[in-house]
Parts: sequence; C-alpha cells; structure tokens
Amino acid sequence: MAEIATQVEQEKEPLFGKKERKLLIDPINDNNPITVQVLGICSALAVTTLVDKAFVMAIAVTFVTAFSNLAVSFLRKGMPKQIRMIVQLVVVAFLVTVVELVLKAANYPIWKELSVYIGLIITNCIVMGRLEAYAMANKPWRSFLDGVGNGLGYGVILIMVAAVREIFGKGSLAGFKIIGNTPEYLIDSTQNAFFSWYMPNNLMVIPASALFVIGIIIWVQRSKNTKLVDVS
Amino acid sequence: MGDLLNIFIKSVFIENMVLAYFLGMCSFLAVSKSVKTAIGLGAAVVFVLTLTVPINWFINEKILGPNGLFGMDLTFLRFILFIATIAAFVQLVEMVVEKFSPSLYNALGIFLPLITVNCAILGGALFMVAREYSIGQATTFGFGSGVGFMVAIVVMAAIREKIRYSAVPPALRGLGIAFIITGLMGIAFMSLMGINPGNYMQHH
Repeated sequence: MAEIATQVEQEKEPLFGKKERKLLIDPINDNNPITVQVLGICSALAVTTLVDKAFVMAIAVTFVTAFSNLAVSFLRKGMPKQIRMIVQLVVVAFLVTVVELVLKAANYPIWKELSVYIGLIITNCIVMGRLEAYAMANKPWRSFLDGVGNGLGYGVILIMVAAVREIFGKGSLAGFKIIGNTPEYLIDSTQNAFFSWYMPNNLMVIPASALFVIGIIIWVQRSKNTKLVDVS
Repeated sequence: MGDLLNIFIKSVFIENMVLAYFLGMCSFLAVSKSVKTAIGLGAAVVFVLTLTVPINWFINEKILGPNGLFGMDLTFLRFILFIATIAAFVQLVEMVVEKFSPSLYNALGIFLPLITVNCAILGGALFMVAREYSIGQATTFGFGSGVGFMVAIVVMAAIREKIRYSAVPPALRGLGIAFIITGLMGIAFMSLMGINPGNYMQHH
C-alpha cells in the first residue's frame, strides 16, 4: 500500500516537469524579482556600474538564494514560528560567508570591489522574500529551483542595467572600450574610434541613474507584457 | 547638545538613508502606495532604529570590542551578531505588540517582519560603527535616520497619490514612475550632501 502511494506521488511529480520549468522561467520575465516583486533594489543600484561586477554579484546571489531555499525548506517543519527569522538569517549569513571566502580566494580584485555588497546579500530582500514566500511552504527540490530561477531573474536585470550604465558612463563594455575616444586617439588622431565624439556621461555613474534605467526597463517590459500593467 | 542636534539634522536631511545612500529601497518602493501605510511603516522603522542602534552599540563595544567581555577583538562576528540582534528584536517587538495591543498589531500588519530585511536598519548599525559614535550620538543617529526614512517614504507616498491623476503612460504607471521619481529625488538630495551644519554652528 505504502509502495503504491509513493509511486503515485512520483508519477504526479516528475523530477523536472512543466511546473519545475515554470519555476525556472517565470522569474526571468513574468515574475521578475526586481521589476515585478520589487525585491533586492539596494544592491541593484550599487553594483551595476560595471558589467563584470554585476555578473559576479548575480552568480553569488543565485548561489545564496538557491541553497538557502533548499536548506530552509528542509528545516521548515522543525522550526518554531517565533524564531524562524533568526534561523533563516543564520542560514543565509552562513552561505554568504562561504561565498565571500570563496570569492576572496578565487578573484581578489573583484572581491575587493564588491566586499561590502557581498556581505549585504544577507539583507538582500530577494533571499528573505523567497524564503518567506516560497521555501517555508514548499518541498526542497522545488524551493531550490525557485531560488535558482529568482537568482537568474535578478541577474538578467542586473547585467542589463550594468551594460547600459557602463556603455554610457564609461564608454566600455565588460572592460573593453567601445564608444568614445581611446587613449591612443589622443596620441595618434588618425586612429579614430567608433563614435569618437562621445563624451562619457558622469550621470550614469551615480546610483540615481540605475533607478532611471530600471524604470525604463519596467516601462518596456510592461508595454510588451500588458498583464503586468498596474491598474490602480 | 549642539553636537547631538547636528547629528540629528545631518541624519534626517543631509545623509538621508533612502535618498542619499539608497538603503532600504525595497520597502520604500513597495509600501509607498498610500500615505497612511507609509506613516505606519515609517513609525515602525523609527522605533526599531532608535532601539537597535544603541543595542548594537553595546554589543559592539562591550562584547565584541577589545575592552569587552572576552577581552579580545571579536569584531569579525559583527555581521552575524548585528543581524541576529535585529531579527530577535523585531520578533520580540512583534510578539509584545501582538500580546498587548492587537489593534496596533493589525494596523502594522506585515510591515513589522519586513523591517528585519530593510537594509537601512543594518546600514544604521554599520554606519554607527564606522563613524565611532558614543552612546548618546548613536541613539540620536538611530532616531534621526528613522525620521529621515519616515520623511522620505511619506513624501514619496504623497507624490504617488497625486500622480495617479496625471497622464502617465499606462505601462509606466505605478512601479515604473516610482523608480524615476525616486531617482529625481535622489539627485535633489545629492545637492545637500556637501552641506555641513557643524561649520554653520561654529561661525555663529
């Protein structure tokens, strides 16, 4: 009897079915953590000046959301309601410490640039928001996928914002100069760069510009995806 | 006293948590739809910041510091202990309010647990350490930052209530325009950054 019951359950929930795919795909557009759920804005403003910083941050956040969702989902039944936040935060703080130490060993210059914001992943609302909204009520494997999906959705927006800010603020993309004059041009003016008239816009370097860029991304996204439009 | 007043004004207007440092953005954008709820969240943040900054000051000075309880430098534990203190305090407040004033508890609703992950709270504790405040200065700073957050979120909610009557493109309505307004407010507050009330007081 018990065997049949587990078999039925397994058939009902394949390891990677439609629902699981939806968990991964949904946060990238329809349920994006930044543009729809309004989670994790602080770090999105601070780390999006350069594309490589945004990329590393996206990987770190994906790792933390995925594994904290997994751990909290395992722990959710044994956790008294009164201390759930402390338990969640200890799990998250542990994972963030792991990420920070790994990054410090793997890529020291990036770690140095990001260090404060890697620490602040602890208070990144995406992590806590998904723990409260999803992992506290769902099975481990699905919670894990939900974490990965939300991390990716966050990363996509982060890299888009960083690309815009880096191109217009510094004239480069991931460290390569693409528009505006290169230093060589000053020595040899026959070496004409693309769009050599372009002067880097310092407005794009200050955090407020990230708000404008995200606002415009929301505008574009909602004109394409009309069911997200705010009716109130 | 002038020193404390100085810190207070600085933390409310010049070094505003939300508009100058862009901390606590998530709840600032998500809960600023109406002035009434904005005041509720603002009051809760003022309360939590005013009390957690001094508590974290004691933890930092008397437990983690080199002259503290264990007589050694344990400041590498600062992050975990600060956030655990904030979480424990918010949960304690939640339980006390629920027990003694159910009406207030219902009015604050989900804002109370949300405060734990408001980066402005942890940011307040970390700024307090970085600026080496004394206990009186730390309390004033906590209160001032809380008031700063409240001012910002109430102003934002008022703007969003009014902008509902303007002809904003449908896709930009709500969240989109809120981001852009916040950006403009941030640029406006940037111009206050260079002002130092301390200089003004010395001259007069």
